Parts: sequence; structure tokens; C-alpha cells
Amino acid sequence: MVYRFSIGASRYQFNDLKDLLAKASPIRSGDCLAGIAAETYAERVAARMCLAEVPLNRFLEELLIPYEKDEVTRLIIDTHDKQAFTEISHLTVGDFRDWLLADSTDSVSLKRVAPAITPEMAAAVSKLMRNQDLILVAKKCQVITAFRNTIGLPGHLSVRLQPNHPTDDPYGIAASILDGLLYGSGDAVIGINPASDSVPALMDLYYLVDEIIHRYNIPTQSCILTHVTNQIQLIEKNIPVDLVFQSIAGTEKANRHFGIDLALLREARSAALSLNRGTIGNNVMYFETGQGSALSADANFGVDQQTCEARAYAIARHLSPLLTNTVVGFIGPEYLYDGKQLIRAGLEDHFCGKLLGVPLGCDICYTNHAEIDQDDVDTLMTLLAVAGVTFMMGIPGADDIMLNYQSTSFHDALYLRKVMGLGVAPEFEQWLKRMNIMNASGQIQPVEPTHHLLQGMSNHLLTLKTPLEKN
Amino acid sequence: MKKIDQPILSKDPWQQLKGFTRARIALGRAGSSLPTKELLDFTLSHAMARDAVHLALNATALARDLGREGFSTQLVQSKAPDRMSYLLRPDYGRQLIQQSRRQLQTLKLVTASDSVNLVIVIGDGLSSLAVERHARPLLAEIKKNIPEQWKLGPLVIATQARVALADEIGELLGADIVFMLIGERPGLRSPDSLSIYMTYAPRVDCSDADRNCISNICSEGLSYEAAVKKLIWLAKEAIRRKLSGVALKDESSVQEIAVIGQHRKLL
Repeated sequence: MVYRFSIGASRYQFNDLKDLLAKASPIRSGDCLAGIAAETYAERVAARMCLAEVPLNRFLEELLIPYEKDEVTRLIIDTHDKQAFTEISHLTVGDFRDWLLADSTDSVSLKRVAPAITPEMAAAVSKLMRNQDLILVAKKCQVITAFRNTIGLPGHLSVRLQPNHPTDDPYGIAASILDGLLYGSGDAVIGINPASDSVPALMDLYYLVDEIIHRYNIPTQSCILTHVTNQIQLIEKNIPVDLVFQSIAGTEKANRHFGIDLALLREARSAALSLNRGTIGNNVMYFETGQGSALSADANFGVDQQTCEARAYAIARHLSPLLTNTVVGFIGPEYLYDGKQLIRAGLEDHFCGKLLGVPLGCDICYTNHAEIDQDDVDTLMTLLAVAGVTFMMGIPGADDIMLNYQSTSFHDALYLRKVMGLGVAPEFEQWLKRMNIMNASGQIQPVEPTHHLLQGMSNHLLTLKTPLEKN
Repeated sequence: MKKIDQPILSKDPWQQLKGFTRARIALGRAGSSLPTKELLDFTLSHAMARDAVHLALNATALARDLGREGFSTQLVQSKAPDRMSYLLRPDYGRQLIQQSRRQLQTLKLVTASDSVNLVIVIGDGLSSLAVERHARPLLAEIKKNIPEQWKLGPLVIATQARVALADEIGELLGADIVFMLIGERPGLRSPDSLSIYMTYAPRVDCSDADRNCISNICSEGLSYEAAVKKLIWLAKEAIRRKLSGVALKDESSVQEIAVIGQHRKLL
């Protein structure tokens, strides 16, 4: 359907709903690369004014990517909760923004309508929202998950401890894990991006983290971020896999580019559940996403990158993850050019994820070929903490020596907890207090050289043996 | 005024663990924040990485040096005319300019049933420094280890190149398998890290799922020997099974260990 809008003597025409959404998007290099961005400032605002008048119902009739051609579209439509939708079905996109901001719309109502909101509706309304709106509404959404601890409670900020090493050296990885734990990080997950995808090397990493978690009774979970097919193989070999990881994107074709489909993800989830390793909850998946992944796989079908990203959250939502991480600046300047675009994208992703009911965290990051630096990271992390982001990354000194990018650090998490008064996952907090890493008033305190964890881990590190060597 | 004798900075008592990793551990804190020294150190590293991104590869000099080492080289260019276009338009970096296409078309390798056509591409990627430091020794190691029945085609040096450019090059040259040696995005402590991407039966419509990658080849990362050992193992498997990418797992160490020490219980 063609959408038309006039402002004074200027007439604007948008070919279809996806064109309207793309033209209404705040500017970013990825949509320019795709050739779908608005050509003038006025056209962008005209698109927003036009979009504000589109009824939410329309998104169930005019599908951006055909139902027959895309299993993500089918998932979105087939799982749409028509009963819950009655509460908002009379609204236009513009009304929907007002409804979301209204004081009468609280955490309970947002949770109730979440299954009625499609990713496209979330993306559409976000395009009419300022950064403060994205923050305010996201803050009202509550998404709580559990595996060995409770993630996402209001007033809490969890951290993924990311102890990567360029050669997967177990000593190097263990040293970074220790550094993070002593700074109070690691309640979301201890998650390693391996350099290798060799099955035996991955086994060593699983045993390493599992041993640390169990030796010190740490109420947290591990994850090794390798392809999902590797993890299924490892589960079949009865390797201690806590969370199953996979990168996901918003279209079937983009997912095929990652070597996955929905059936494979469901199979992986069943496999992880079969190990029954969660103690207080069964959220066994960890997903990563990021604006631009569909376009980079030539699989965006003319849909703007932020809407594609929101569609990935429909997949996440379907599989009840413990954590979903938008890796916001990793993909490069051709998708998010500078600090302004990065900050906007981070807030949009967090808002859309939370609105859909996904436990969204953010890897606030950048690569060295983008016009972004640590000051931009500071700004976005502070805004996201205000918005109630579920978790962030903790990397020694914010410098990932394996993936070659910069993110957030253990120090950064302490900064946010201090200025915002945020807590860590309660079970993990108890552990930090038992270990004397956190004092009674919730402050991380310096440890003595004789500290149990330090002594134990150091000695252990020096005599560390992989299971292979033990046998 | 009373003199404060407590130190301003809190030092982490696990300094010895720095010996295990180049990660920025045991930095200490001012309150809960980074000490000034560490802050400035990070800022300098970032500045140096930013500079490295914009350093151009001297392809002519590299071709001359490789020529002396016995390689027959071809210089080609992607459709990205300069660094800025390269950064903003990755699609340009995945396609050859017309002139380069024509140049390679004339060199198409003869297909023979009893041999394997291997094409190696060197691409500048996001760090020409990586190529300048590691491409030559890595190539020497590869040459030493490729099986006799593999026929090495022309060595292609591509500028303003993305990974997938190797697929077009491989297809034009009639390669059975292509290795792309390419500079990675510079990190703060490794501005010179190289990756090798391997594709079996390369063609323009290949996706990332069709490729295997060996990354982090640099003085502080994976050694040339280890990288090439993995590469040759993967390539042999790819040729035997007629596929590459996610369907092909790197189980090189399993195989090896199984042969070396069968008394060890593996699983």
C-alpha cells in the first residue's frame, strides 16, 4: 500500500510500510548504505507524521517480509496474542507512544500487552520517540529471568564477565575471570568468545569455567560463544554446558547466513534443558544481536536495520533466554557511524527488547575504525543504566584482546552501581559478601593478598590441569 | 592541615597474574575508577590503533618482495576507490573493478581430475600492518606444507579488500579452494593481527557460513606453524568432503591426540 503525506505544499509518498518505516528512522549509515534512508530532513519528519497516523492493526495486515517466504515473519504472526492485543488494537502508532508514556501504563500493563506487540510495532513507535522516551518506557518494563541467580530485578545491573584470550589460554582466561570476580563482576554470565572452534579446545574451556564456578560455589553460569551446532555436539558428549549461545538476526535469510534456523535453535534449547543444570530457573539461552546483521548478509529485504533488529527479539522471546545482548557498535562504521548513532541505536534496541519482554543487555562497544570513543561509551552506559538495562559487559580495562574491540569494564560497572545505586543479582551479592569482596553496605572493597579466592585461584592457576591432562 | 598518609590509589594484590595474559587486569582503582596512568595508557593505545586503520598497504613493494621469493603475483583492486569509501561501503570491497576481473580471467587455471587448484589471496583488510608483518612468513610456511598434488595458482594481492573478495577471485581463476590472508580490525594491543579464511569451491554467492576462519595470527597470538597446521588440516578435509564452513569442524587436535596417545581417555 502506498502512504501519502502533505506538509504545506510539499507532498511525500512512501511506497509501502517498510519504506515508510525506513524513511522515518533517525539517520544512520547502515540505512544509507542500504539506499533506504530519507533523503532530506523534512522527508524524515513527514514519514514520522505519516507513521504516527498508521493504526497498529495495519502491522498485522501489511507484512514487511512475506509470510510465505520468511519463518521469522511466520513466528511473529503465528505467536501474536490476539486476546492481549484487544487492549491496544484501537491505537495508531502515535497514540501508542502516548499510551506507553502515560502514568496509567505501568509494569503490569506492559507485561500484559507484551505478547500483543510485534517487533514491527515496537520499531515503529520507537521511531517517533526521543531518547528520553525510550529510556522512560524501557525503565517501566520488567523482565526477570533465572538460571543459578535472578537477573533483571528492578534496581539491579548485572555484568557478563568476558575473559577472552587470543589463543584461549586457560591461564590467561582464568586470570581475567579472577580479576572480574574480585571487582564484583560476573553475575549475568561468565561468557567466553573462543578464538578456536575446535571441539576439543572448546571442551577445555567448558571444564575450566565449570570448575571455577563449582570450586567456589559461585551462583552464576557459564557460556562459550561458539556456533550452536558445536554446542549441541558438546551437550551430546555430556560436557558441562550451562547456557547455549547463538547470534541471531531478524530474517530467515540472515539466520541462514549464520548457519541456523528456528528448528535448530529449538533443538539446541531442548538439548540444554535436558542437562538440567539451572538451580533456580530454566532460562538456558544466551543470544546476541546487533543492528546491521541482516544487511551485512544481504538479507534485509529493504527493511531498515533497526526494524530488522527488533525482529530478532521475536526469536529471542520465543526461546525464553536468560540474557539477550545487543552488541551495538561491533559491526562497524558502515552501520553506525559515530557516537550519536551508537547512542541512539543502543537506546532503541534496549527499548524494543524490553517492550517485547526480552531480558536485554547491551555490549556498548566500538571498533577502531569507527568515529566513537570511550566518552561515547560512558554516555550510553549511563543512559542505559538509567533505562534499567539488564546487563552490560565486563572486560578487563574495557579492552578485549581477542575480539579486538573496546567495550565496558569492571570499573565501569562499579561506576554505574555507585552513581545509580544499583545492586548485583541477589544470590551473587550474597556470595560476594561471603567472600568478603563486598562489604555490608554493598561497596566492593579492596582485598588482602591473603584473600581466600586470590590464594586459592593463584595456587590453582599454577597447577591448573585440563581434564585431558588429568586423564 | 592534617597530612593524609593513606594512599590515594588502591592497588590490586594480584599483579603476578599479569604474567598470564595481556588483558588489562590488576589495574587498581582510584575510588572505583581507573587510575590516571591506566586511563592515559588506554587512550594512547586507541590513538595508535586509529592511526593504523588509515595506513595504506604498499602492494607494489609486497609484490616485488614476494616475486623475489618465487611467487608469481597479481595486483588487483576492489571497487572501493579510497579508505573512506572502503569503510562506509563494504559492498565495494567485496567486488573487483572491471580491469582486475579481465586481468584474472586470462589466467584461469586448467582443471585436472588428479590435482587441486589452490589460490591464495592477500588482502589489506582493516590492517595493512598485519599484512606487511605476517603475510610473507606465513606464505613461506604454507608453501612448505602444501601437498605435492596441489597446484598453486597466481598469488593475488588485493587492495581495499573485504573477505568475500576472495570468492570472486577464486571463481575467476577456477580455484578448487581459496585461502584469503587478510588484516583484521586493529585492536588496542594488536594492531597487526591477521586472519586466514578458507572457502571450498569459491563462487560469488558464497556466504560466511561457507567459510572457515583461523584468526589472531600475530606475534602475541597464534603462531605461523600452528595456524598453517590447522589450515592444511581443514583444507584437506574440505577437499575430501567437498565442503567448507560450519559443516566442517576443526577437529585437528582430536585426530592428532588420538594418534599420539591412545591411552588417554578423551571423552
